Amino acid sequence: MYPENYRYTKEHEWVRVEGNIATVGITHHAQEELGDIVYADLPKLGANVEQGKTMGSVESVKAVSDIFSPLSGEVMEVNELLATKPEKLNEDPHGEAWLVKIRVTAPSEIEALLSAADYQAYVGAE
Amino acid sequence: MIKKVRPHPTQNEPLLFEISSPGKMGYQLPDLDVPSLDPIAALGAENTRSEIEDFPEVSEVDAIRHFTRLSTWNYAIDLGLYPLGSCSMKYNPRVNEAVARTDGLAWIHPYQPDSRSQGAMEITATLEAALAEITGMDAVTLQPAAGAQGEFTGLLLVRAWLQSLGNARRRVLVPDSAHGTNPATVHMAGYEVAHIASNARGMVDTAALERMVDQDVAALMLTNPNTVGVFEEQIGDIARILHAKDALLYMDGANMNALVGIARPGDFGVDVMHLNLHKTFSTPHGGGGPGSGPVAVKKFLEPFLPLPRLKRTDDGWRWDYDRPQSIGRVRAFYGNFGVLVRALAYIMAHGGDGLKRATLDALLNANYLRKLLEGCYEIAYDAPSMHECVFTDRRQAARGAPTGAIAKRLIDYGFHPYTVSFPLIVHGALMIEPTETESKLELDLFAEAMIDIANEIENDPKLVLKAPHSTRIAKVDEVAAARRPILKWRPPT
Amino acid sequence: MLDTLGLARLENLYAHLPKEVLLDRPLNLPRGKSEYEIIDYFRARGAGNAAGYANFLGAGVYRHYRPVLVDTVISRGEFLTSYTPYQAEISQGTLTAIFEFQTMICQLTGMDVANASMYDGSSAVPEAALMAMRATGRGRVLVARSVHPEYREVLRTYRVEAEEIAYDRDSGGIDIGDLESKLDTRTAAVIVQSPNFFGIVENVKQAASLAHARGALLIVVFTEAVSLGLLEPPRDADIVAGELQSFAIAPSYGGPFAGVLACKEKHMRQLPGRLVGETKDANGNRAFCLTLSAREQHIRREKATSNICTNQALIALMATVFMAVYGKQGLRELALQNLSKAHYLGGKLHRLFSGPYFNEFAAVVGDPQQINFALGAQRIIGGLPLDRFYPELKDAMLFCCTEMTGRSDMDVVAAAVNRRD
Repeated sequence: MYPENYRYTKEHEWVRVEGNIATVGITHHAQEELGDIVYADLPKLGANVEQGKTMGSVESVKAVSDIFSPLSGEVMEVNELLATKPEKLNEDPHGEAWLVKIRVTAPSEIEALLSAADYQAYVGAE
Repeated sequence: MIKKVRPHPTQNEPLLFEISSPGKMGYQLPDLDVPSLDPIAALGAENTRSEIEDFPEVSEVDAIRHFTRLSTWNYAIDLGLYPLGSCSMKYNPRVNEAVARTDGLAWIHPYQPDSRSQGAMEITATLEAALAEITGMDAVTLQPAAGAQGEFTGLLLVRAWLQSLGNARRRVLVPDSAHGTNPATVHMAGYEVAHIASNARGMVDTAALERMVDQDVAALMLTNPNTVGVFEEQIGDIARILHAKDALLYMDGANMNALVGIARPGDFGVDVMHLNLHKTFSTPHGGGGPGSGPVAVKKFLEPFLPLPRLKRTDDGWRWDYDRPQSIGRVRAFYGNFGVLVRALAYIMAHGGDGLKRATLDALLNANYLRKLLEGCYEIAYDAPSMHECVFTDRRQAARGAPTGAIAKRLIDYGFHPYTVSFPLIVHGALMIEPTETESKLELDLFAEAMIDIANEIENDPKLVLKAPHSTRIAKVDEVAAARRPILKWRPPT
Repeated sequence: MLDTLGLARLENLYAHLPKEVLLDRPLNLPRGKSEYEIIDYFRARGAGNAAGYANFLGAGVYRHYRPVLVDTVISRGEFLTSYTPYQAEISQGTLTAIFEFQTMICQLTGMDVANASMYDGSSAVPEAALMAMRATGRGRVLVARSVHPEYREVLRTYRVEAEEIAYDRDSGGIDIGDLESKLDTRTAAVIVQSPNFFGIVENVKQAASLAHARGALLIVVFTEAVSLGLLEPPRDADIVAGELQSFAIAPSYGGPFAGVLACKEKHMRQLPGRLVGETKDANGNRAFCLTLSAREQHIRREKATSNICTNQALIALMATVFMAVYGKQGLRELALQNLSKAHYLGGKLHRLFSGPYFNEFAAVVGDPQQINFALGAQRIIGGLPLDRFYPELKDAMLFCCTEMTGRSDMDVVAAAVNRRD
């Protein structure tokens, strides 16, 4: 269910780091809790985001949930697909429906994040 | 068995734009008694439009059929019980509508001289006084346009008073059971929201309150009876805890209809509160407005009320603008006067005794329904109910039919759903408020419907999950609406 | 029912309340009255308010004819006594009408999206300003002094930092030089009204290009909706905030009215208030429902776009019926009658400003109080003395003429004013 090469937050975001670029998304568990997602409010290109701070939100018809940035850095790319196809967040949250790509400014922050096994255990217990 | 309704054909009806055809008209204007101007000459070509593109053109008959057909697609209090908890959907007496249309009231211009507006001012003053007596408060402003604007006004008063003492403070406490307007209002008024948890009885946890109230807390916003329909029995302690730190007690009067004639907020420590005239005082909801949200305060907050204020002089009523401490206007003019007229008519029709009787009947109806439904649905909190009762769907959700599905199935039985999934502190809430309007006959029908649905969930939950089955349109796809918003009609291309 | 509950008396229903909170006496209110007595009371109160007088007041509230169909429709219990249409399957009537309302507001204003209505024009303005502040991330607005004075007061109450732009003493429109000098990178929006408080049609295009050049939004306010039948819509605005009272809503001493908030598509998610959207039902039929609700207070709570919870559904429905009855041709003809009447009287008086005007104008009259006193004796409520809001305009009055203003009354007003010149 949860890819081994990703790291996770307790707020249900995932991050995949390649070089100094981190791809961020929401987890399968998060999309399941929210139900049918209708909109993702994402940071602007070039915005600076900070680990653990709100960087946007995802909305279903009856709920809204903040997205907390798993790492600090600068937003290099925003997933345009979600503007027209928010349903991808339900269909493929760990793949096609990534949210943003960040240039990481504090690589050591990743130590604070959960492994796939830890996250699996965390949501299992939640 | 479904007793209240049976199928009946309704008419289809396209949108106005789709029945429009060039040259049709539904209006008549008298001949001009002055020379007709060339708009381009008078205004300039750059300021003049050639037409209103795609605006409809229909005849008078087209128009009345259009809107009448649309009306038949609505549920309404006039059709039956409307058990929305916290919304107080009571009967809207038609005499209120008649008096609001009195020529001498409907056509008063707000800038007419005070000397030629005395009737309107007297109505306003009479209603202010009646609401002060009902709430036990010292002064009332009728200016706010709706409950949420009343909340905003109330918190601005708190801010202004604290500021006058030297420090407006930072936080407002809001119970986790509160309406969404409360935290939204706190934010608009420039305060931070601090949530305060409810205890096992659905009431404010006074120990938690004691810990949270400090020199940074401006006020607590409390609904009483609260959103689980329970009277905050510790209200005296709550007020004392706040006042000891010069913090104020704001009461959201959404549920004031449970108290009129039996208890007054002004007597139990409330400093400032708002009322919803469209709830407690029977003015029509009209499909979502207009409302009216008067704010009542204790004496010490009176200098801060929005201007203008009514003032009695030897020459009659005057609007007083000389109020240096006022928070200013919260809206243009003097409030939703047409709604005020209706509310005063309601108060006059009932008198003091009648208002109390309405409260008692509302309590009776809610407790009667609670009793009838307790066998099938689990009550959320054991505490005694006031004007509404809140159940949880725990039993039904376990069978696969959550509160939202039960609500939709009620439609097939001829009733509007109750309030779904609110308050947030109750998992899968069913919030039911019958109001004093309903007879035993209607309440029994409703209870039977709820019990039948509970049995359906035991036997055939799918039937309930796919409801409604009998409406002219089937379940509406709200997800598609939000994913790709279509917010206006466009001409076919 | 008491038996079912095992109670002897109704009063036992609240026996659990603490003694000290109970009211130990009856409410001190007069005893209940019959329907006839109530009607009589209000009729008597109505008699003292200059009923039947001709009236030249405008200034944000206009006397227009209300087609009979409007009250016929809104008196139907299915509209009057229904709740907010959260349950779409049994609220299609209200939802469809709101969708038509949103569409017609877009057609009138030239905007892409309109919400289901606001409380009134005065509260729509601060909501528009707050929208602009969210959209631009900037903290203050510039507001023209020719915007309705009470709307500007409300803007301040809503905690919006606003600096005022002067009006041009010749044209009565905004002072462009003053606007240019005050615009800076902190400006979230420029707020102008057209026709403005003096009745003058503003140069919206010019204001827009100045605002946009500094990265600010332009908010255009209107108080006289009938003007949109004839005037070029404010297409260059980013947000339009207005008052619909002119569309079959009785003056009613200032309320209830209905406000408009409309904007360009890209600001759609910053719009507060309710929105109705088109969708399908489970069988593929067209249906409507409330949508984009996650912006609103009942879901987003303290992070909502506003605390607004109601729209003015029934009042917006009045406006919708009005727009349907008048239609494309009627609204234009109605506007033309208003224009012609106002210019008839305007031509006979000494107008204060030279800019183009629609159905109201400021005139220099000498002593406004004296003129109004004289007109009162002839069952005419005169214009608004402008020094009430503009101390520098002591000798001027604001006159409004609509399709309901008769020529003979205008002649009386002209004679009364000119006699004193």
